[in-house]
Amino acid sequence: MNRIEQLFSRKKENILNIYTTAGYPKLHDTVEIVLALEQAGTDIIELGMPYSDPMADGETIQYSSAKALANGMHLDLLFEQVKEIRLKSEIPIVLMGYLNQMIQYGQSRFLSACSDSGVDALIIPDLPMDIYEEDYQEKMKSHGIGISFLVTPQTSEERLYKADTLSSAFLYVVSQSSITGNNKNIKNDQLQYFERLARLNLSAPRLVGFGIHDRSTYETACNFANGAIIGSEFIRQLRSSEDLTATILSFIATLKSS
Amino acid sequence: MSYEIDPRGYYGEYGGAYIPEMLHANIEELRSQYQEIMADPSFQKEYNTLLRNYVGRPSPLYLAPRLSAKHGGKIYLKREDLNHTGAHKINNTIGQILVAKRLHKTRIIAETGAGQHGVATATVCALMNLECVVYMGSTDIERQAPNVARMKMLGAKVRPATSGSQTLKDATNEAIRDWINNPHDTHYIIGSVVGPHPYPDMVAKFQAIISQETKQQLLEQEGRENPDYLLACVGGGSNAAGLVYHYLDQNDVKIILAEAAGKGVHSGHSAATSILGSLGIIHGSKTLLMQDKDGQIIEPYSISAGLDYPGIGPLLAHLISSKRAKVYSATDQEALEAAIELSRYEGIIPALETAHALAVLPHLNLKTDEIVVLNLSGRGDKDLDTYIDNIDTRSNFQ
Repeated sequence: MNRIEQLFSRKKENILNIYTTAGYPKLHDTVEIVLALEQAGTDIIELGMPYSDPMADGETIQYSSAKALANGMHLDLLFEQVKEIRLKSEIPIVLMGYLNQMIQYGQSRFLSACSDSGVDALIIPDLPMDIYEEDYQEKMKSHGIGISFLVTPQTSEERLYKADTLSSAFLYVVSQSSITGNNKNIKNDQLQYFERLARLNLSAPRLVGFGIHDRSTYETACNFANGAIIGSEFIRQLRSSEDLTATILSFIATLKSS
Repeated sequence: MSYEIDPRGYYGEYGGAYIPEMLHANIEELRSQYQEIMADPSFQKEYNTLLRNYVGRPSPLYLAPRLSAKHGGKIYLKREDLNHTGAHKINNTIGQILVAKRLHKTRIIAETGAGQHGVATATVCALMNLECVVYMGSTDIERQAPNVARMKMLGAKVRPATSGSQTLKDATNEAIRDWINNPHDTHYIIGSVVGPHPYPDMVAKFQAIISQETKQQLLEQEGRENPDYLLACVGGGSNAAGLVYHYLDQNDVKIILAEAAGKGVHSGHSAATSILGSLGIIHGSKTLLMQDKDGQIIEPYSISAGLDYPGIGPLLAHLISSKRAKVYSATDQEALEAAIELSRYEGIIPALETAHALAVLPHLNLKTDEIVVLNLSGRGDKDLDTYIDNIDTRSNFQ
């Protein structure tokens, strides 16, 4: 059983997945941030591979990605940082990035680097499901790397089931029709969509992301799914932070206190 | 060798639709309907009527005598610069706005580099009374001020793209993000043969009117449909795709593409994708693009805002890698000189983009009876500031 399967076998609700961009705010902050997140009670780390052209991301993650690249972030260093994290932590780590990064690094070299360093799964929003089935599924399985596909309010039922079947890590439930970082409150039609998903008897654990930014939205997401993903809001916290660990501990505490 | 798109949206190994799920419903709606819509007789009638009475087609095929005397051969110019709005771009926007109407869309978005596609989109939105938002890199907004003014005059909103190099690729990213945020009422009119399937195919088919007319016109003027050479500049590649479309299976017709070498292909300031690019994914399409070893997209450079795109349409990538097309590159300086030459020899001021194709003419070493059709893709009004600066600062242009 890999780290993600272990997590979901012992914990089925209120899963907290935090996204952070590797190499941001400073090049070597990644390890401290991940360890502080674990200490604060985060369940999964979604580690962003900064990309020059992040098509699905809003201003905040565009900014952190551009800053990380300007800091000198690159994939070899990212895998080194994951290795360093693994000396101290067994928290599940999911890499999020774009397909071109994986293609250029080399598919087999990339997957080996993932399994060697201790990455558990991938989120590649622009990897189509049919291409995954043809050219990625077997190789990722043999490297022990899971995958999460995204579904949105527009995703047809047929595609929903397919994404559910293929998502070996968890199903990434995009909460609204938007890019990342849209901090609005959850509306009625979104609740209906969450309810519809909850009724479908899907097999993969569901985590809701996009627009989750505070305790209220986190709790709403957790009512309808196994947990939630917070990205842009966490980057905003880091952006104004003077003491990363302190900022992280207090931010995560605001989500969890009842 | 087939140059037709396959059912999954590939030309050879290039193309496809590498898009996030957030775009899937939009792209699928378009993909499942565009061929049927375009084949519909009422659509064809409306499209062709607008091209004739509104755009001013057919555009002339003009034998340029002094240019031919200078470079040898018989050089024909396909005068897309005489279209309404001053470039070939409107062939595509007329087609796509009619598709958008049939998909019941009420809001149009577009990206633009030089501003020609933005103007052509703003124009058809005014014509059809649809809301129009054009994304344009901040750098391009500065260097293409006349076209920004035109778009505003036509009622479009021009939104600056402030990320990255603040040029065409970033404007495209912003337009894609807008589409993700507005999945129901909006159609995205992509301006070139780039992006996810079905865009490269749909845009190529709308631009194919260029080669359809060329065949007819050359037959009338030369007694043959096929020239020896077709020559076009290429950024994303839409004017080139239109010029070559109906000639792809005619192997006696040589296809020559002109890329922007900027300050020199290997100067670090270039947009010569066929030489500097490698296989990857940009804007949802698998194609050749300029990138580093980690897949980060490299900012291209050209004096011409319409050619500084880091990728190339998948059809063009396929033509280049299968050696159906040959690529030459022209530097900023060569393009400027070629623009001034055409102005002085033929009384036609070309767009800076088109000037890159003109700059390739000396490389062809034309024999007296060889026929070239060069796509004069746009007029140079928008580039006058750049031209004047160079004429004023270099005495050999006086």
